[in-house]
Amino acid sequence: MVQLTLPKNSKISQGKTWNRPDREGDWKELKVYRWSPDDDDNPRIDTYFVDQKQCGPMVLDALLKIKNEIDPTLTFRRSCREGICGSCSMNIDGTNTLACLKGMDEVSGAVKIYPLPHMEVIKDLVPDMSNFYAQHRSIEPWLKTDTATPPGEWKQSRDDREKLDGLYECILCACCSASCPSYWWNSDRYLGPAILLQAYRWVIDSRDEATGERLDNLEDPFRLYRCHTIMNCAKACPKGLSPAKAIAELKKLMVERRV
Amino acid sequence: MAMRTPLKTARHLGSAKEGADHFWKQRITAVANLFLGLFLVWLIASLIGADHATVKAKLADPLIALALLALIISGTIHMRLGMQTIIEDYVHTEASKIVLLMLNTFFAAFVALASIFAILKLSFGA
Ligand code: SF4
Ligand code: SF4
Ligand code: FES
Repeated sequence: MVQLTLPKNSKISQGKTWNRPDREGDWKELKVYRWSPDDDDNPRIDTYFVDQKQCGPMVLDALLKIKNEIDPTLTFRRSCREGICGSCSMNIDGTNTLACLKGMDEVSGAVKIYPLPHMEVIKDLVPDMSNFYAQHRSIEPWLKTDTATPPGEWKQSRDDREKLDGLYECILCACCSASCPSYWWNSDRYLGPAILLQAYRWVIDSRDEATGERLDNLEDPFRLYRCHTIMNCAKACPKGLSPAKAIAELKKLMVERRV
Repeated sequence: MAMRTPLKTARHLGSAKEGADHFWKQRITAVANLFLGLFLVWLIASLIGADHATVKAKLADPLIALALLALIISGTIHMRLGMQTIIEDYVHTEASKIVLLMLNTFFAAFVALASIFAILKLSFGA
């Protein structure tokens, strides 16, 4: 059955406090989830204080400042720091989002930071994405054609190209999937919003010739139909996309090809 | 630690190539239930305070009996499909899942048969 309480070794304890304000400044408190595979300790919440006068405005700026100047053991992923690589997804102030796009001033009081929910933690804010990436691989996210490759390029009308808007922008940050209750309960078999949005992106690509085969591979009580239109995904997406809508379109196509 | 690649796990047993049927039936029965439910409300309202004989006379009308039977069939199919979804969502032990899915079907079938029997008895009964 679904597990509603944390197992004993996952119970969170109160951790250390770092860099208490010692002078005038615009201090922001950050409460950050810490867990390391290298000791047998339970996860804990460490408290850090950062002077916003000496730090960029985003939550990621504060994390980087902490890592550089206060506690180098704090572990998280980041790369582009401008919302395009999808690395810095985490749970900030109760919602999944990108640390580099979330302003500290958007959070009143202490900024609570956890890893993406319901994924295994590798260390601190770094979740294990192997299943997520394997699921992405399983929908074969590349152009599939049988017609001989034309000289030049595969042509696409403007109208058909427009159908990819709202889909191609996905940066695979997994904020949506990690906010989806259905994905929490069944991530081993349900593909989840991010991957289904990607799947739809290839299903409606006018250049792709494997549409039916793709739909065949998606038509499954678990892969696709665990989505119950809860809409958390659309709310979570930091890029403003709607995986729920893409999934609804997939379900429509499933009906369309049989009636 | 099972020595399997993540892709092996993700592909699992492959696609069941079904689910659209469940989805579609769930929608059809939902629409049917909406109309038949309104009919039921009307029927009950029109029978408030009526005695057994009046109810029997009403149910002897084939149109009313047929609508009630349709409601039972559509309603129990919808109930079974909905419950199946909940079981698949939340029950993750293979054995209990299969037992529960069976019980779910039996329960829906029992409710349907008992209700149909009751309607027919009232409709045809002397
Ligand atoms: S709409 Fe579907 S995919 Fe999105 S959160 Fe809900 S169940 Fe998950
Ligand atoms: S749909 Fe949005 S939230 Fe989901 S992976 Fe793509 S960018 Fe991230
Ligand atoms: S660091 Fe690249 S999306 Fe945040």
